[in-house]
Amino acid sequence: MYRSHVLVCGGTGCTSSHSGEIIDALNAKITELGLAEEIQVVRTGCFGLCALGPIMIVYPEGCFYSEVKVEDVPEIVEEHLLKGRIVKRLLYSETVEQDKVKPLSETNFYKKQHRVALRNCGVIDPENIEEYIAYDGYRALAKAVTEMTPEQVIQTVIDSGLRGRGGGGFPTGRKWSFTAANKADQKYVVCNADEGDPGAFMDRSVLEGDPHCIVEAMAICGYATGATEGYVYVRAEYPIAVERLQKAIDDAREMGLLGKNIFGSGFDFDLFIRLGAGAFVCGEETALMTSIEGNRGEPRPRPPYPAVKGLFGKPTTENNVETFANIPQIILNGAEFFNSMGTETSKGTKVFALGGKINNTGLVEVPMGTTLREIIEDIGGGIPNGKKFKAAQTGGPSGGCLPADLLDIEIDYDNLVAKGAMMGSGGLIVMDEDDCMVDIAKFFLKFTVDESCGKCTPCRVGTRRLLEILEKITSGKGTMEDLERMESLCNYIKENSLCGLGQTAPNPVLSTYQRFKDEYIAHVVDKKCPAGVCKDLVTFSIDKEKCIGCGICAKNCPVDAITRTDYIAPGHKLASFTIDTEKCVKCGVCIGNCKFKAVIK
Amino acid sequence: MKSIEELLAIKEKAQAQIAARDADGNDGIRVVVGMATCGIAAGARPVLKALTEELEKRNVKNVSVTQTGCIGMCQYEPIIEVYAPGKEKVTYVQMTAEKAVKVVTDHLVNGEVVADYTVGAVTE
Repeated sequence: MYRSHVLVCGGTGCTSSHSGEIIDALNAKITELGLAEEIQVVRTGCFGLCALGPIMIVYPEGCFYSEVKVEDVPEIVEEHLLKGRIVKRLLYSETVEQDKVKPLSETNFYKKQHRVALRNCGVIDPENIEEYIAYDGYRALAKAVTEMTPEQVIQTVIDSGLRGRGGGGFPTGRKWSFTAANKADQKYVVCNADEGDPGAFMDRSVLEGDPHCIVEAMAICGYATGATEGYVYVRAEYPIAVERLQKAIDDAREMGLLGKNIFGSGFDFDLFIRLGAGAFVCGEETALMTSIEGNRGEPRPRPPYPAVKGLFGKPTTENNVETFANIPQIILNGAEFFNSMGTETSKGTKVFALGGKINNTGLVEVPMGTTLREIIEDIGGGIPNGKKFKAAQTGGPSGGCLPADLLDIEIDYDNLVAKGAMMGSGGLIVMDEDDCMVDIAKFFLKFTVDESCGKCTPCRVGTRRLLEILEKITSGKGTMEDLERMESLCNYIKENSLCGLGQTAPNPVLSTYQRFKDEYIAHVVDKKCPAGVCKDLVTFSIDKEKCIGCGICAKNCPVDAITRTDYIAPGHKLASFTIDTEKCVKCGVCIGNCKFKAVIK
Repeated sequence: MKSIEELLAIKEKAQAQIAARDADGNDGIRVVVGMATCGIAAGARPVLKALTEELEKRNVKNVSVTQTGCIGMCQYEPIIEVYAPGKEKVTYVQMTAEKAVKVVTDHLVNGEVVADYTVGAVTE
């Protein structure tokens, strides 16, 4: 028995800030001090608090160390693990209260969270099937195949109220019942792990932190719908997720949890991984299946829906990673466990990836119906540098923005759609007063223009024309007629595109235009960018009364656009500087370097 | 995998391995071993090892073993203290690996304090 367990985050965020080296250093030091038989070092999935990575938690004390460096390892091992003295300087400040260590569950970041899909992330070693089993892993599968009929499984999922977490929000149980109702010699289960929204990483973290729960859930889905084969379509850009999922599948196969006659029930199921090349459109269900079939990832018209004619022309159930991650818990604890959480129409919890201008960048899971304010201010820790909240973008390039007066909206599928945004897969990007909403709309639209597969004209050409209008506006050449054209083009693209990509591509433009019309008008009429982002509409100048004449701006100017004048402001000793707007390239280096806030834009 | 029993057997074995990680495990019995320089010099490490091994052998759950610094009575090291919820703390002094095994079997498993090893008995 190990008396102490050191859990180190091995998610992508912490891995890129060297958690792998930290694990190696820990193991080396522990071996050096002869503690290898007493202390176990475990590489887990994401803890969620990515902003403070690399993260480490030491049991049985439950000490939460944040921003750990490789150099801190000897101190942690010698002091904490050998002598039992907690290294206080490395403790996450929120867990220390009057010299006592508080449990992590009482910190602001975790207090309001409720983890269902992420329950094992940061708790188990994702590469160890036995640890998953220790936390009730594969018991839901055992229960389903030995004690329940496929109809009962589907009914439980219907009763739970679970809706698709990929964005659409279609009731999962009903989706399963459609596939189950179609007779065929072969049916399939597909897991959509082609997470492509900028700023979203929920699915990656589930696959990295708890891959077995996806394996288990897909097998349950197979049993319920009559499918014997499953495919996980995952981006090749997620190497850690792919590696751990493959190991999970191999281990499950070896233990007989995949394969023939699972739990002696006569049910056969096997699972395979297909790697996506990172095309956003492949997150669309028909394009994804076309890609698995070995063809170019392009959507096809529906109907026929995948439940009738899906992968390889056979009835197929396709769900997103997070949707599947909820399934074992629902089967194990019953539908009431799940539908007791959330709002009238949206049950359970939702995982959000917090990003942008927010203190606690990371992954949070909250019950549906939690307000945007709670997520951003309480859990997310608010906006850095005392800046003012401007808007939050949900649903990535398919979604819309929620301005400050909607902060108290209870987040669920229908509320968001009613406000012109959407749940999407759960990316939540926070913007502050320094962000230009027209520029944000342009950013998301650029993404969809790049990612449009080109099959249908409204999307291929329409989004390109729309982007050109936005570029015209941000360069100060826009007219009021452009704004009208922009709006009608948005509606045209929405109505006429073949798949979800085109149908939702204009959303960021429409919603920012609806919520921040004054900013668009400022760009067009006043030829000003209120946030000072759009370079063509910004001029840099120096406040000659504030300038003390130090010349640091001039020294750092890459184009020598700053020169000294002969004006000496009262109270200063040196002559002030001025910016030649003809030469200025608006790089902003002078603003960053001026300690006296004399450079203005 | 042919039966649920097979799965539950794996679960039970694995659960024992990770019991220390249970965040709520702290409401069980806590055994604290003095591991400052004095404790280590007096042989606290074999004591700690014997404790964890015996607990594992007997599959005792809800007991966590942690270390602490100098308890303050260096001449009586190795010292271990047992904190059981709702009960008075018990301090054992001048421990050895053999004595530690007896503490596990008598005190932690059967709830009988080993009076002979306690600080009261030794310092009398």
